[in-house]
Amino acid sequence: MEITTRSLWTLIHGMGFGALYLMACSGALVELYRRYASPLKPAVEIADERFLRAYLIAMAVLAWFTVLTGAYIVYPWYRAAAPPGATNLAAFPQRLLLASPSTSAWHSIGMEWKEHVAWIVPISITMAAAVVARYGRNLRVQPELRSAVLAFVWISLLCAGVAGFFGAMIDKNAPVEGGATIHIAQGEHR
Amino acid sequence: MSASRASAATNIRDFPNGSGAAAVLAAGIGAFLSALFALLADKLAAVKSLMVFYKPTGPLSGVTTCAILLWLIAWLVLDRRWRPRTVAMGRVRAAAIILLVLGVLLTFPPIADVF
Repeated sequence: MEITTRSLWTLIHGMGFGALYLMACSGALVELYRRYASPLKPAVEIADERFLRAYLIAMAVLAWFTVLTGAYIVYPWYRAAAPPGATNLAAFPQRLLLASPSTSAWHSIGMEWKEHVAWIVPISITMAAAVVARYGRNLRVQPELRSAVLAFVWISLLCAGVAGFFGAMIDKNAPVEGGATIHIAQGEHR
Repeated sequence: MSASRASAATNIRDFPNGSGAAAVLAAGIGAFLSALFALLADKLAAVKSLMVFYKPTGPLSGVTTCAILLWLIAWLVLDRRWRPRTVAMGRVRAAAIILLVLGVLLTFPPIADVF
């Protein structure tokens, strides 16, 4: 069992940071909606307030790690130019996708959308974390501010979902491979 | 529940919404600018070459760096102006969400290709 360093970085970017962000989103939405929806509901305790603050800051860190590893580590391997006359495009995923009409839209729509829409996620969730950090339980008496934060978290979930879906499909059709091979475990001979 | 927790739980203050409004509107501006710069870099060759801050990543490096810098500047400026004030949050929310939705739509290639 082995993995290349480029595959490992793709995993860290997508399955590590990105997927974790997507999973965390539902928790943030539930918490923001349930605890802060109305001043008539039971009061928010300090421990809950601290938890949500830390949770949203962790989500913001995850979102920034996702876009930064994506744009500055994985994406350069994805868009690497193939040498003139190259026939084996396995090491050049963007060129491989564009080489066939049946896969070119994964780049022209999928990657072109993903690479830009993903940046809306850290912007949105950083704002949400900052607002919750500043207002805490006082957000309950600021319904318009709270609903704006909720809307941004919803859209960040949508954007992260788009980026995650296209990332997974692009990697399925033209995986980013190469670099040193890391041996994880030795299999048995039969 | 301890006395301090009970006290903290009920201690809700209605302080100015200006700082929150600044963060929300700046996030809308940041989302929109990120899409606008991507569109300009896609359509104009001069902008595309200007946006190459880091060659392996290409124009994406400049597009996102510029959008993030302007988002942070907008946030700082708005926060300094609005922090002690209570602003019309309904209008700020509407403007921010419109900018956010426009940002998402403009990054979608079939819509960006209309321009």
